[in-house]
Amino acid sequence: MNAPRLSSTRRPDKAGFVIAFGLAALALVVGWDAWRLSSINAHSAVGPAAFPTIIAGGLALLAVATAVEALRRGEQERPRDEFVPMAWVLAGLVGQIVLLPLLGFSIATGWLFAATAKGFGRGPVWAHFLAGTVLCFLIYVIFAKGLQLALPAGPIERLM
Amino acid sequence: MDTFAALSQGLTVALQPINLLFAFVGVMLGTAVGVLPGIGPALTVALLLPITFKLDPAGSLIMFAGIYYGGMYGGSTASILLNTPGESSSIVTALEGNKMARAGRGGPALATAAIGSFVAGTIATIGLALVAPTVVDIAISFGPEDYFALMVLAFTTVSAAFGSSVTRGLTSLFLGLALGLIGIDLQSGQARLSFSIPDLLDGVEVTTLAVALFAIGETLSVAAAGARADEIIEPVKGSVFMTREDWKRSWKPWIRGTFLGFPIGAMPAGGAEIPTFLSYALEKRLCKKPDEFGNGAIEGVAGPEAANNAAAAGVLVPLLTLGLPTSATAAIMLAGFQQYGLNPGPLLFVTNPDLVWGLIASLFIANGMLLILNLPLVGLWVRLLAIPRPWLYGGILVFATLGTLGANPSLVELGMLLIFGLLGYVLRRYDYPIAPVVVGLILGPLSEQQLRRALAISVGDPLALFQSPIALTLYALSALALFGPLLFFLLTGRKAPVGADED
Repeated sequence: MNAPRLSSTRRPDKAGFVIAFGLAALALVVGWDAWRLSSINAHSAVGPAAFPTIIAGGLALLAVATAVEALRRGEQERPRDEFVPMAWVLAGLVGQIVLLPLLGFSIATGWLFAATAKGFGRGPVWAHFLAGTVLCFLIYVIFAKGLQLALPAGPIERLM
Repeated sequence: MDTFAALSQGLTVALQPINLLFAFVGVMLGTAVGVLPGIGPALTVALLLPITFKLDPAGSLIMFAGIYYGGMYGGSTASILLNTPGESSSIVTALEGNKMARAGRGGPALATAAIGSFVAGTIATIGLALVAPTVVDIAISFGPEDYFALMVLAFTTVSAAFGSSVTRGLTSLFLGLALGLIGIDLQSGQARLSFSIPDLLDGVEVTTLAVALFAIGETLSVAAAGARADEIIEPVKGSVFMTREDWKRSWKPWIRGTFLGFPIGAMPAGGAEIPTFLSYALEKRLCKKPDEFGNGAIEGVAGPEAANNAAAAGVLVPLLTLGLPTSATAAIMLAGFQQYGLNPGPLLFVTNPDLVWGLIASLFIANGMLLILNLPLVGLWVRLLAIPRPWLYGGILVFATLGTLGANPSLVELGMLLIFGLLGYVLRRYDYPIAPVVVGLILGPLSEQQLRRALAISVGDPLALFQSPIALTLYALSALALFGPLLFFLLTGRKAPVGADED
């Protein structure tokens, strides 16, 4: 793991603030839900709201601690992340969700395979898509027939 | 019950042909995922959970344990030949092991790792068999308030031991705890944090969260790293047989590593990384040729490799006897028990002795298999390292989504996989540890149950939580785990060594 280093300028760490904000928001949501539950009459000594209240409190404290750390440690240098490969992988995952109900497991997951491979720098997408679809169809056959797992079926799967 | 009678009874279970097959499949898979970067034993067991749902519990659990042990063996191969540890508990192995490989001594490095793992795994499994009944005897008298204190201890040690700071570890833990709240509260029947989405009423599946954080998060962060993450494989040069001198230099580090690894793994301190760091430091100090350290000293491979395998056996002590997972893999294994309606803990030794002792006995067999798989067949595993990364990660995502769909064929589940995957990427990017999230999700509901049970007995008086001596001792230990690093810093002026993340 790369150790975080102090930068020369002591500007507060922006990412730290964003994370602190996220934690505070989460604390609010959990706390709000606990408040909603506490108004419901519970029949035991401790109701469903007690534990969420503790967790909301903990999250709020951690939000403060994260903000303080971001202030004190200053801006952190982090290696630059490349956006395009990540976008391919995400496109693969989102595409799978979109394609799955219509076209079934093999085609949707074949697309996921092709998009991920593209994200890691290997194309062409169509060849990987074809290979991935064949591969996923084999997996479908093994899992649906051999292990009786119900995977979403599409036009190809219905040919069986 | 007499330990040896129980163990021999377990051996008859473990030696059934079908269970031998499960053990074999487990160690093969475990070694493979240990070697491959990007997937580890926790993810593998998580992916197998839905597939094994309909299989025999004993066989599946034997397979899961085989994967856990196998991952420890395979991790060393990747560390030595690739300088990229497949598992975080093999980080230290890479220090000396990869130097040895570059100097043409990859064979002996792999051999001392495999034989050391075997020696340590066997001794530590004996330790597990001997210690477990004692812990069970103590645990049988635990009340709910003691169990709650025990879980608080697990929370603090897991978050203090992983990650770069206690704040970060606790943040990860509380994320997991918050996710654990989602769903219907079993005692009051109220829906919590489910925002009227029917799929959320059953709560977040451990499998989905683990697969997302480990597989999707890892894939995204490796993709984002781009060319930064390129790696070179060292071919195995030289004989895999160790010379007489190698043996002489290896056997003591194996034993010392074992005695560091097992107790630390067995305490609810979590993880196999800390003992490997300690073992490396110890061997460096004791070595007669200290100048060799940093240039490929065999002691620096032998000790830590023994330590991580011994710790893996140690982690099974709190898991089996108390139902307390202290690593991500152990947390997923606990989910594995739960899917068969089994609850690890002292009662499991009474209600399902065949299963528990069969599992422990199978660990000896798995160790033997792993020695054979890893020494003569090491060339086979090395070939796995040559799989092009686009195909490897493409395949990982295919299996990740396959496992999730197998467990629950719903688009909402896939959507959660994507969202938690992004969370996993963000956590990695900003140095937050992953394991506490998984441990928080699985232990959160269990600890709430114990807390409410304890408070129901005391009719709501929170002071009852602090009246048992066992609970007080456990809270003291938790405080030590949380503030220990701070104390260490104040006393010595140096930052305490922290373990890396485990998957």
